[in-house]
Amino acid sequence: MLIGHRPKEFLLAVEALTVSFDGFKAVNDLSLYVEENEIRVIIGPNGAGKTTVLDLICGKTKATSGSIQFRGKELTKLKENQIVQAGVGRKFQTPSIYEDLTVFENLEISFPRGRTVFGSLTFQRDAAVKDRVEEVAEMIFLKDRLNVYADQLSHGQKQWLEIGMLLIQNPDLLMLDEPVAGMSVSERAKTAELLNRIIKDRSVLVIEHDMKFVEDIAHKVTVLHQGQILSEGTMEHVKNDPKVVEVYLGH
Amino acid sequence: MIINSRFFNRSELIGFVALALLLFVILPLTLDVFRLNLVAKYLTYAFVAIGLVLCWGYGGILSLGQGVFFGLGGYCMAMYLKLEASSVANTKIQSTPGIPDFMDWNQITALPFFWKPFHSLTFTIAAVILVPGIFALIIGAAMFKRRVGGTYFAIITQAVAAILTILIVGQQGYTGGINGMTDLRTLHGWDIRTDHAKFILYFVEVVLLFGCIVAAQFIRLTKLGRILVAMREKEDRVRFSGYSVANFKIFAFCAAAIFAAIGGAMFTLEIGFMSPSFVGIVPSIEMVIYTAVGGRMSIFGAVWGSLLVNFAKTSLSESFPQLWLFGLGALFIAVVLAFPDGLSGIWRDYVQPHIDRLIASRKSKARWADGSVADGAPAE
Repeated sequence: MLIGHRPKEFLLAVEALTVSFDGFKAVNDLSLYVEENEIRVIIGPNGAGKTTVLDLICGKTKATSGSIQFRGKELTKLKENQIVQAGVGRKFQTPSIYEDLTVFENLEISFPRGRTVFGSLTFQRDAAVKDRVEEVAEMIFLKDRLNVYADQLSHGQKQWLEIGMLLIQNPDLLMLDEPVAGMSVSERAKTAELLNRIIKDRSVLVIEHDMKFVEDIAHKVTVLHQGQILSEGTMEHVKNDPKVVEVYLGH
Repeated sequence: MIINSRFFNRSELIGFVALALLLFVILPLTLDVFRLNLVAKYLTYAFVAIGLVLCWGYGGILSLGQGVFFGLGGYCMAMYLKLEASSVANTKIQSTPGIPDFMDWNQITALPFFWKPFHSLTFTIAAVILVPGIFALIIGAAMFKRRVGGTYFAIITQAVAAILTILIVGQQGYTGGINGMTDLRTLHGWDIRTDHAKFILYFVEVVLLFGCIVAAQFIRLTKLGRILVAMREKEDRVRFSGYSVANFKIFAFCAAAIFAAIGGAMFTLEIGFMSPSFVGIVPSIEMVIYTAVGGRMSIFGAVWGSLLVNFAKTSLSESFPQLWLFGLGALFIAVVLAFPDGLSGIWRDYVQPHIDRLIASRKSKARWADGSVADGAPAE
């Protein structure tokens, strides 16, 4: 009887993941496990492969070898839009929003319905859509700006809008690439508050440089260096790891 | 006229009514049949331009090969008309009576298999839509699924236009070669060469044009229209919001191809022939210029652009045939540099505000007149 030995189910299990660009291994034999409702922060010096890891999970970059299991699905074999439909959401480093559309329209496009060509032709802006858009807009502090074109927003507001576009998708795994970069101190605090509110029903994978912010939100921290894991554990553990101090925090 | 006020906003409604007045009433009443037929010819390009507004203006997919679809639609229609004009009675002096004259000249003795279905008008009308539509689907799927986009896509569409021209010219026996298909006479027994027929065909064309305007406006207002804009701006964001970007691009490209094909078929009917000179690179680029001049984000602008540039082309190339192409090139550069939104942008930025101000001042004058009666009314 092996029932008692059944391994714990991870939401995301990255195993032996490798990607090489012209022989340069940006991510090298990386294994990473994220549990349900966990906030995991990835830190590391420039060029450590942090963004590449997110690119690999969301399908933007194809892995050379290794596997990415998400809820039992092998993501390396899926297309980007199928990975999104499986429940993975990705926020890019620079705010990636549609500036020629209004805040409402930006959020509406991410509403998970009518994603086929025919579906989008017959898509109706019904009460369910409106309510959900308004609900998310309130969470991301943009409730009174719904009819404003997105190019009118400040940098911080654009970042929130993109987070909102991900929230409306309701992903099980939310991946954020430097969500507070370029934000003012007050915007940063609001973003931390926002993130803490939205992680209730999902796991979050965050890349961040701002150590204060990392300490505020992280359950567990993974330190990447040259495409490999240098250290992993609580913020306390990582901070006192001599290897980490040497390559990253000490600088 | 009953138009849902949400379907067109106020300025679009004005544009719609103005265009309908011009095309349905003013031009047919003021122009003789010869000039009206010229307008009909210009308007066939408006179909292409409307397609380009969706595909290029909204979707950001620049196709420099719309002549291909214009030509395919036109050739499908021409094949039907040519077969009808090549009845045994009409062609009894040929060595093989009952086949188109150019086949006889090229020693072809039997109608090729792909010509045979074009005896049927129903098949022909379906083919006008489906042949270019399916061809666009194949090109679109081959390119967009492989993420070929931007300038690369534009260059490939040019290559396709060049290839199709060479193919048509080279396969004289099947296509009529460089001369195209000429001497077209009747549509299901109805002589299309008479003034009366040209008058009727003009109205058929304008009705179809308004059909395309409404269809394009419908697409623009659905979520698909907004996804096209989103895709043009941040393709990756759309992809990572769960959409298959390639499918949406294929849709826009096919829709533009079908609009172009309807224009091409109407061209054949109005002008009475079809030739490779409407398929190649130069006509394809001219079609993009009509769209750019009209304003690539404006469906009505596309129609105006096609009308005005072609009008200028006719009047200028009559007097200065050598200079016209330079003029066209200069116009394109000027539009791109100075007025990226074309005529519709000029209207929106310079004319519309004056009209609004005029209306506003008239309203406030009226209010002032009222106020002067009830003396001392507080200023707004």
